[in-house]
Amino acid sequence: MRRIIAIALLAIIVMGISLAVREIPFGKTDTKVGEYYLNEGREETGAANIVTSVVVNYRGFDTLGEIAVLFTAAIGLGAVFGSRKKRKVAEEVEKSSLIVYTGCRFLFPVILLVGAYIFIYGHLTPGGGFQGGAVVASAFLLMYLTCRGKRVRDKSNKVVESLGGLIFVGMGLVGLVIGKGFLFNFLPKGEFLTLFSAGIIPIIYIAIGFKVGAELAGVLDNLIEESK
Amino acid sequence: MNFLSQYIYYIGAFGLFFIGLYIMLTKKNLIKVIIGLDILDTGVFLFLIAIGYTSGGTAPIFSKSVTETGKMVDPVPQALVLTGIVIGVSVLALALALAIRLYGHYGTLNLRKIKEQRW
Amino acid sequence: MNVIIATVLVLVMLVAAIAALIFKDLLNAVIASSVVSLIAAVIFYLLQAPDVAMAEAAIGAALVTAIFIIAIRRTKRFEE
Repeated sequence: MRRIIAIALLAIIVMGISLAVREIPFGKTDTKVGEYYLNEGREETGAANIVTSVVVNYRGFDTLGEIAVLFTAAIGLGAVFGSRKKRKVAEEVEKSSLIVYTGCRFLFPVILLVGAYIFIYGHLTPGGGFQGGAVVASAFLLMYLTCRGKRVRDKSNKVVESLGGLIFVGMGLVGLVIGKGFLFNFLPKGEFLTLFSAGIIPIIYIAIGFKVGAELAGVLDNLIEESK
Repeated sequence: MNFLSQYIYYIGAFGLFFIGLYIMLTKKNLIKVIIGLDILDTGVFLFLIAIGYTSGGTAPIFSKSVTETGKMVDPVPQALVLTGIVIGVSVLALALALAIRLYGHYGTLNLRKIKEQRW
Repeated sequence: MNVIIATVLVLVMLVAAIAALIFKDLLNAVIASSVVSLIAAVIFYLLQAPDVAMAEAAIGAALVTAIFIIAIRRTKRFEE
């Protein structure tokens, strides 16, 4: 009975959407905002990656809201699990074999380096804070799965995450203090296509990369600790 | 062939959307419903990126060889989808944490049985 | 040529999504949903969006699958 109602509802929505999608042409865009960002983005921000300049500079406030949502989800996850008594008994973890353990110890700094490269050069090549933070979190996932018994200290995780968020908001408030608006680009633009260019964009992306990496690693740590 | 080349990405995006919606409407296990939410999110992101595509366009990134904005793809939908992906993963993580606590409290993940046990 | 590649990829993606609907073992359904994410990342690259492709591959295919498997380990594995 439930299936028949669901299929009838979906059939009605399919007919409606297929009539509407026929009007959208594929491969032509009429938007003026995208053209403005493409034409003026190079002189106004100095970043080579236009998507980065849209995310951090032109729509920086939306990125602040997204960081707030991620932070709320991580806190909610910690609050849902935090009311169990932490087991202080030293449990016996079976150690992994020597080949797997050595492989993990060799790969972990390499993956961290690749993740850091992705979020440091976010304004020159495809990439940025969120992609680099996800790669850093996968390095921590590798460590939790293979080298059993090694943990990240809770306190240093929280310190890194809070510092990342504070640097982002602090940069925005400096723009407010000098009188030109929140998240105003106040550092010099520099030379095009070098590392130290585009004002405050690399600094904000580095802070976001650290914050997202530490947050996702903390989420994984909470889930694995819960499921033992 | 002409019809396919115009609409193939829209068919793929809406196909995923409807399969995800069907999973969320009819399945009983809570984790299956959350898998349906993930598939629905992916379908919507595909549709957003397919709208911002121009024929013969290239990625909106300057480099030493690409120095003019003659034919570049629209950058605004890509920024929106980047935000959407991160919010999607945080909703999924919180939903799975609540599912784990529900299982610990009720002993089952069947949605019909959980609805019957009130208080 | 581009149209043929796009058609094949979209067909495999839809078959994987239907497989996530049908499987009763939850571990198999999670692997099917991760295949959907991976092929979506390739399609994002074909639509000239490399930032989004990188984000979808790193977050959707690696981290979401890991979180699902940890949650399944703590609850039941089969769907009834």
